[in-house]
Amino acid sequence: MARTLITAPRTARRGEVIEIRTLIAHAMETGLRVDAEGRKLPRDIIHRFTCRYGDELVFSAELFAAVAANPYIAFSTVATASGTLSLTWEGDNGFAHTETLALTVT
Amino acid sequence: MSVPPVSLDRRQVLVIGAAWTLPAAAQPADPVHDLEAAVRGFAGSAPVRQGRVTLDIAPLVDNGNTVPVSVTVDSPMTEQDHVQAIAVFNERNPQRDVASFVLTPRCGRARVDTRIRLATSQKLVAVARLSDGSVWSHTVDVVVTLAACIES
Repeated sequence: MARTLITAPRTARRGEVIEIRTLIAHAMETGLRVDAEGRKLPRDIIHRFTCRYGDELVFSAELFAAVAANPYIAFSTVATASGTLSLTWEGDNGFAHTETLALTVT
Repeated sequence: MSVPPVSLDRRQVLVIGAAWTLPAAAQPADPVHDLEAAVRGFAGSAPVRQGRVTLDIAPLVDNGNTVPVSVTVDSPMTEQDHVQAIAVFNERNPQRDVASFVLTPRCGRARVDTRIRLATSQKLVAVARLSDGSVWSHTVDVVVTLAACIES
């Protein structure tokens, strides 16, 4: 499991647009670097990020090697009803990480 | 391979910076047309128009390893009129794609932020596909002082 830093409000008014900022620790190895012996270090990046609000997919991103290490993604979503937001990151070599956020909508 | 901590010290930033060291053979032969092809691939048959999209990035970048980028599209984000997808392409990195995002009316606002790597001074393009089928773009020239390409 990787470390993440997420900024999102815990409560919101119905219909309010809230901003979610996410940061996850990951080297995002491009596959172009060479080590001291001259061997190419294989590509190892996070290539997909999704946000589900309840069961519905509200936002997703496809990332490539040009995304900086420790990928930062910020997006917004409409607070419709109280529920759980599920953020998932998928990457090479079976990398998978999920964070859940509880949102109370008044 | 151990995952670096979220806050990187300077030595780690320089090591990761060597990620973009390019052998001469890997340089793109025709970066401008490859960029057009990438944008065309995302736009499909719709004409790509300038406007409605704002690609916000510092015109002068100190460190090409981590460049904050923000793409905002002028759109009400309603069921009838919203942004379906945003893609960012570059001109001179080893690969044209940077990132692409799929939005829904549930986003409320058509804005995404991320941080990217830039191998050298170049053009960056943000393209947005709207629900009415139209495609809009914004191109920005970026100067990079410390490229994500450092002699190790």
